[in-house]
Amino acid sequence: MLPKTLSAAKNVPLFRRTKALENEIDAFLDKLSQAGLSFRRAVQIYLAEGASAEFEEKLSDVNTLESSADHLRRGIETQLYTQTLIPESRGDVLGLLENLDSVLNLFEGALWGFSIETPDIPEEFRGDFAVLADQAVNGVESIVLASRAFFRNIEAVADHMHKVMFYEKEADKVSTKLKRAIFASELSLAHKAHLRSFVEHIDNVADRAEDVADRLAIYTIKRTV
Amino acid sequence: MDAAVLFFLSSGLFLGWSLGANDAANVFGTAVGTRMVRFATAAVICSVFVVLGAVISGGGAAHTLGKLGAVNALGGSFMAAFAAAFAVYFMTKAGLPVSTTQAIVGGIIGWNLFSETRTDTGTLVTILGTWIICPLLAAAIAALLFKATVYLLRVTKPHLLRADAYTRLGLLLAGAFGAYSLGANNIANVMGVFVPASPFTDFKVLGLVTFSSTQQLFLIGALAIGVGVVTYSRAVMVTVGRSLMPLSPVAAWVAVVAHSLVLFLFASEGLERLLAENGLPTIPLVPVSSSQAVVGAVLGIGLVRGGRAIRWHVLGGIGAGWVLTPLIAGLICFVGLFFLQNVFNQQVYRPVPYVVSDQVLKRVAREGVSVAPLGDLAGRTFASARQFRGELDKLSGLDADARAQVMIYAERADLFLDPAGFAGIDPLELNTAQIEALARLAGRRYVHRWALAEALARQSEDWRLRPEVRVNKSYNKELQRKLDWVFRNFGAEQQGPVAR
Repeated sequence: MLPKTLSAAKNVPLFRRTKALENEIDAFLDKLSQAGLSFRRAVQIYLAEGASAEFEEKLSDVNTLESSADHLRRGIETQLYTQTLIPESRGDVLGLLENLDSVLNLFEGALWGFSIETPDIPEEFRGDFAVLADQAVNGVESIVLASRAFFRNIEAVADHMHKVMFYEKEADKVSTKLKRAIFASELSLAHKAHLRSFVEHIDNVADRAEDVADRLAIYTIKRTV
Repeated sequence: MDAAVLFFLSSGLFLGWSLGANDAANVFGTAVGTRMVRFATAAVICSVFVVLGAVISGGGAAHTLGKLGAVNALGGSFMAAFAAAFAVYFMTKAGLPVSTTQAIVGGIIGWNLFSETRTDTGTLVTILGTWIICPLLAAAIAALLFKATVYLLRVTKPHLLRADAYTRLGLLLAGAFGAYSLGANNIANVMGVFVPASPFTDFKVLGLVTFSSTQQLFLIGALAIGVGVVTYSRAVMVTVGRSLMPLSPVAAWVAVVAHSLVLFLFASEGLERLLAENGLPTIPLVPVSSSQAVVGAVLGIGLVRGGRAIRWHVLGGIGAGWVLTPLIAGLICFVGLFFLQNVFNQQVYRPVPYVVSDQVLKRVAREGVSVAPLGDLAGRTFASARQFRGELDKLSGLDADARAQVMIYAERADLFLDPAGFAGIDPLELNTAQIEALARLAGRRYVHRWALAEALARQSEDWRLRPEVRVNKSYNKELQRKLDWVFRNFGAEQQGPVAR
């Protein structure tokens, strides 16, 4: 009886650690979601008033979120491997977290671009830029929900996954339309190229969200077989 | 205890080691194979619980093996165990998860053939039957449990990490339970053949708990199993966990639980009593094979999942190994006994004398057997079962059943209720009425065991077997064990460790 009690007692802190790790994964996903919201807000502010103090504040929010998410991710990965947790799916979880992290980096990179290069966005393109940012952030929101479902309720992953695809397509449509409009305009070629690079910055976010969704689909199949 | 006894026991230790390396690996094989439990953790838990199971509840299945063939000389026990251990070692080397159970049954039958002792066909059929039922039962339990677990996971939706932690804890608990059951059930394989020839004597710890000679034997055997687990089971664990079918951690847990339940069902005297007392059919307490149980369990899960992932050729190889193992062990035992007896001049069996006295003829007649054909043998004594059987076979007019009855009642035991021997009676072993009944017969001699048993039954209600219905099964078994104890302690020939 004694060794049984001992091994059970040894596992109580295991559950505590498990709970802590669950919370860390949730926190990581929260950071990504918050970064998305801040990104959308930052783009709206930039379109309305340029690189204002409020914009810089949002940029610094995203910066902070990115670095704390990085920190969380490293902690989670180290724990998964040092404690040999979820041996069957830890590689997948690792891939998922790293890909989600790269989405965060894209948010940050795009906002730094706005801050450093301060592109001059003519009035007629601002609406589409806002829509593009909206679709990209919606895609990221959906991939965050799908990732949460991957951990908590595997059957619900599909409910969110198809939305990621939908938003990516929408973002593609808007970005194509926007690029055509930019290059059909009277602006200088340098200005056109500059604007195009920002369309791509934002569109990349939606593309990356879709890449993550594709991987997540495979991880999900692996777990349900 | 002299050195020869230690030498003879060594083959039991070799068998224990094989069991630890092979069968015990089945308990944690799936857990270690899926990397859910570290090998070191698995080895420690497995060893500890095997020892506990063997010492605390190892008796049940040992009795059945004793019935199959009472190997009555240490040399014979040595060779039976050695043949079994060698067969298991050989098959393990060949990469087949075989079972010590099958090997030791093969070994005992090899001894029976060599010593021309009657193999108890009823017991043999029971054992062979469980070899078919055991994997089927494990498959059925595993399939149901897997379905239930998958459903439960779907309903409760635990977090990936939480499910992982629960599975891990579940694997450890189920593995500990499995190791306990394995110890309880399979220690009989390792040390069962030594029980009738045990060199140890009972002693009391702190004047309270009796540590019987059988338990001492089992402790030593279990320690050997532990050594086998720690030193050699790693590769087998990984093979078991991965070769037949890739398993998810949850499926691994299901396999361990199903395997442990099956071993427990076939080893638990408490469960048998409970079933019997409620008028339900009992499960025979037979040493079953952990390999068969775990292979059955994995197969059950595979079939529930559609059967695509099962590697059928691996299964075929395993099945062939199950048939070959008892044959190889039996053959090695037979040949080995020949050498041990004729080259090394060791006693490998004690010839059991038979006598056809008037007393025997009367007793046999009471069983409804016509004694007329036995007329020529009346009054004669036979030195061995072989000789007696040869004479019986020459007689016409006796069917196989009658011959078996005569064999049972004509066996000589030469018991002497030595008044000096009463000091050694353990009040825990026998109750007051039983001791008093024995005391009233002090100083008498009995040629046959059954004669002493009947004399005791006349003396006291407490020595009477109850009618053979299910409810009385465990009572009668217990009483039989006490009678065996009396036979052992009051055998006229006390030289050597054997008096069965």
